[in-house]
Amino acid sequence: MAKTIGAIVVDTERCKGCNLCAVACPQGVIELSKKRVNHKGYTYAGAVNEDACTGCASCAIVCPDGCITVYRTKQ
Amino acid sequence: MTKEDIIKPENLVYQKPELLNDNPMHYCPGCSHGVVHKLIAEIVEEMGLTDRTIAVSPVGCAVFAYNYVDIDWQEAAHGRAPAVATALKRLWPDRLVFTYQGDGDLACIGTCETIHALNRREHFTIIFINNAIYGMTGGQMAPTTLLGMKTSTCPYGRDVDLHGYPLNITEIAAHLEGTAYVTRQAVHTVAAINRAKKALRKAFEYSMHGIGSNLVEIVSTCSAGWKMSPQSANKWMEEHMFPYYKLGDLKDTGKETEQ
Repeated sequence: MAKTIGAIVVDTERCKGCNLCAVACPQGVIELSKKRVNHKGYTYAGAVNEDACTGCASCAIVCPDGCITVYRTKQ
Repeated sequence: MTKEDIIKPENLVYQKPELLNDNPMHYCPGCSHGVVHKLIAEIVEEMGLTDRTIAVSPVGCAVFAYNYVDIDWQEAAHGRAPAVATALKRLWPDRLVFTYQGDGDLACIGTCETIHALNRREHFTIIFINNAIYGMTGGQMAPTTLLGMKTSTCPYGRDVDLHGYPLNITEIAAHLEGTAYVTRQAVHTVAAINRAKKALRKAFEYSMHGIGSNLVEIVSTCSAGWKMSPQSANKWMEEHMFPYYKLGDLKDTGKETEQ
């Protein structure tokens, strides 16, 4: 069976670092940045465990600011 | 396959709806308002009513909602959104009209307008964001504040003898004969968001078909007002808000007529 793989793109300047996407991700792909902040001073979300992403879009659906765009394809 | 191979327009599965513009929202991190704005933008787009939707924004945190969703908006005086929406819907019966109000706006200063508009069977939808606190003004006690809940104006918790009971507007609305669809939803998980989207879509369809007035309550978090992280606010909401504000449809007359 073809494996579904996904990728996310985070609009880091729009992100407010609420961490809800990381909580919603069933694969544990997302984490907030540790040291870097955006121009508003928020730590922002990003994919750290990229290979595990299935493109389920859970993170993007719960994101209150609509920062996340999700892509999905089959390998 | 590299990340660049996946990120192609043909592989796109989810992006911010076009109606939600690029203005950065002023809401606090993790605020439920953002999710509801996104749902509204998605539904209006899906229904193809971009040019035929008029929303009424309240006084409260969502006062600047007109900056974020690219549909027509009218700002109303505090609590008077249902009165303004009544005029709009009667003047333009072919438009989708909805109000977007918080609990301070709808359940406190605007209780009269809300109840009478719902009971008059006005054909619009009221979206009621209930976070049990006055978020914008600094976390004071609202009529919807739960018993024992601490706010800046009841620092020892809401006390029945002193402050009375929390007001459950949605339960009242379900008893009014003018209402067609009364429901209570939440937007804290993916499943809840999908259910809330379906509920909002149904309410919008009922208002367009003139079945009656509709009330969609969204039980929400106010992480800044509750002084919690967004994640713990969601958990607190599940543990404390849901037992009192039970989720689900309270009334659906459209369903009864279908059967």
